[in-house]
Amino acid sequence: MASLDEVRQLKKEQIRSLTMCGHVGFESLPDQLVDRSIQQGFCFNILCVGETGIGKSTLINTLFNTNFEELESSHFCPCVRLRAQTYELQESNVRLKLTIVNTVGFGDQINKEESYRPIVDYIDDQFEAYLQEELKIKRALFNYHDSRIHVCLYFIAPTGHSLRTLDLLTMKSLDSKVNIIPLIAKADTISKSELQKFKMKLMSELVLNGVQIYQFPTDDDTTAKINGAMNGHLPFAVVGSMDEIQIGNKMVKARQYPWGIVQVENENHCDFVKLREMLICTNMEDLREQTHTRHYELYRRCKLEQMGFVDVGPENKPLSLQETYEAKRHEFYGERLRKEEEMKQMFVQRVKEKEAILKEAERELQAKFEHLKRIHQEERMKLEEKRRMLEEESIAFSKKKATCDLFQSQSFMASGSSIKKDKDRKKIDAATAFCDCLTAKERMRLCVTPPRKDLD
Amino acid sequence: MDERRSLSPCSSRPSSPRTPPCEILGSVGIEAVLDQLRIKAMKTGFEFNIMVVGQSGLGKSTMVNTLFKSKVWQSSLPNLELPMPQTLELHSVTHVIEEKGLKLKLTVTDTPGFGDQINNDKCWDPILSYINQQYEQYLQEELLITRQRHIPDTRVHCCVYFVPPTGHCLRPLDIEFLRRLCRTVNVVPVIARADSLTIEERDAFRSRIQQNLKTHCIDVYPQKCFDEDVNDQLLNSKIREQIPFAVVGADREHLVNGRCVLGRKTKWGIIEVENMAHCEFLLLRDLLIRSHLQDLKDITHNVHYENYRVLRLNESHLLPRGPGWVNLAPASPGQLMSPGPGKVRKRANKDPREDEC
Repeated sequence: MASLDEVRQLKKEQIRSLTMCGHVGFESLPDQLVDRSIQQGFCFNILCVGETGIGKSTLINTLFNTNFEELESSHFCPCVRLRAQTYELQESNVRLKLTIVNTVGFGDQINKEESYRPIVDYIDDQFEAYLQEELKIKRALFNYHDSRIHVCLYFIAPTGHSLRTLDLLTMKSLDSKVNIIPLIAKADTISKSELQKFKMKLMSELVLNGVQIYQFPTDDDTTAKINGAMNGHLPFAVVGSMDEIQIGNKMVKARQYPWGIVQVENENHCDFVKLREMLICTNMEDLREQTHTRHYELYRRCKLEQMGFVDVGPENKPLSLQETYEAKRHEFYGERLRKEEEMKQMFVQRVKEKEAILKEAERELQAKFEHLKRIHQEERMKLEEKRRMLEEESIAFSKKKATCDLFQSQSFMASGSSIKKDKDRKKIDAATAFCDCLTAKERMRLCVTPPRKDLD
Repeated sequence: MDERRSLSPCSSRPSSPRTPPCEILGSVGIEAVLDQLRIKAMKTGFEFNIMVVGQSGLGKSTMVNTLFKSKVWQSSLPNLELPMPQTLELHSVTHVIEEKGLKLKLTVTDTPGFGDQINNDKCWDPILSYINQQYEQYLQEELLITRQRHIPDTRVHCCVYFVPPTGHCLRPLDIEFLRRLCRTVNVVPVIARADSLTIEERDAFRSRIQQNLKTHCIDVYPQKCFDEDVNDQLLNSKIREQIPFAVVGADREHLVNGRCVLGRKTKWGIIEVENMAHCEFLLLRDLLIRSHLQDLKDITHNVHYENYRVLRLNESHLLPRGPGWVNLAPASPGQLMSPGPGKVRKRANKDPREDEC
């Protein structure tokens, strides 16, 4: 960094001042800038932090003289939520894209320890989105809808005593991230003398606890005086109202009570006009600039350092962001390769195991199959045996039968009828006797019927 | 690159969420933000970097002196003792000029020796590398962890190219140079030493040059693809009809009709620089300073610088990995000036003008 500074110094010395001998005409430059800004439009984001019912929406309506559509929030939210709404306002030729972020449910929970966290996270998210856009390779920054919070209006309840712990805690966590303007809400409930004391107490407490609230800039001559004066009036005691009451012959915004009318735009009654003057008319641009150059840069630096980027390398040579990025990338790449290897190994391992199990099962099945086959085979052989035996027997029987028939026919031929009869009878008896030898089963098989006695 | 068409610097609508328009019931004071901008601008001041390119003797230094009505260069005549520069050198001078409370930091870069050698091959390389170097410097500053509040802007916002008044058409050197440069920086071509051409010759020369530019798809400033709305288009098309301006530069004053005017005195008359009938110097001055200065800066920042950045960031992971592989700080000239054939073809393919050629 030192060398960069030196280079810059050198460059400064080389610049000379030149006097011109005529009119060149570049005093129109600011006009060119303004024209371009008008074309682009302006963007402003306000965050309102305060308890439910303290008058945030009413004040915003009064500030911008418009009735934004805001629903009343309930008191029964389990946690603090942020609700953002964007509106497009136009005044003569100036287009303003206004985003109002409201905290819903702030201060309503019984345990308020984590109340500030959603707010801080929201602010960080907007910074993060911008950072992401800025770090992209193909980016469109001039087209980008800037959603970073430019100012935080913190509404303090008008107790008249001192700052509450919740307020202190929240403001302390927000002061390095956003420009805080503390306001005393519902200021019509405090009397003038109490107000003075209250303001002093609040400011001293803020200073004591090291809370950095937004200071109106006093470095430019045109606005230094007024800004300096306003700095002494912080926190502003404000009253908001969109109702119009007739006073004299004018309609003014006011709140009507039985005991009087509180005029919003009356400087004696409340500091609303001061707030509007400071917030919109004098310092809107400065608020945006502070957000971009201080708070955003701080966030960016912290975030990048967190990710491991440094400006100066190990040998004290200036490292560029890309170098570190490349180094990290290389590292991650190696890491990824390693992880891939691991997963591959694991996968291979699992596959092997599964394979082994399946093989085992296969083998078992095979063994069973063999066993069954063998049993089958044996049984088959047995049955074959039996069949063979039966066949043999049937062959033997048919042989016997054939001889019997032959014998019978022979005897019939040889002796006449009587002898035939006798022989027949003998044969028949023999046959019958033989048939009787056969079992019933075999008889059936051979389809032998007992010979009829009346064969003649 | 076809992104160029959509990268218009002034549009803000596309990416924002859909917003309901609200009616303000009275005056709020939002207008005051314009004054705040003005005050801020006056405080920070402006920067403008201009580069003049052309052969020697075309009146570049005189032109710069005339533009800013001051002796930006100590002497416009070449020093006769020094030999002609053998190679192209770049001289940069920075001045702070003030007018009506407004400070302008002006940097003028001159290129003596351009196109003066026998062999002028690749004479645009040093110029391209200088321009890219400025982009690189800005990029490095932007990438630091702890950034400066206001990054010093040394990028060349405008390059004025002096075309010698031959009266015929653009020469090969001119065409080559313009082709390469119009993609990296805003180029405004001018016809130098226009007092050697008559009005008719001037007009003929101008139309021939315009034709040449169209044939070779050279997109000079103001580029058609960045015209925002109808007003811009009207204004810019008028300017485009008159490009290149025929200019004459002079830093001596003479008496004409009782008035003191800047001009060149010749035997046959006095050429008044600020007379529209004589030359178009006023148009050039108005373009560069009075009306389009902010636009030049915007296009440089939003288009040319972004293109360079994309190229650079994409390249970085293609760098060879060795012990010095993270060496991004001094970019080697060969890498950036003439991108390899693949890149040129790729860019040429994406160039929207190619369809028209």
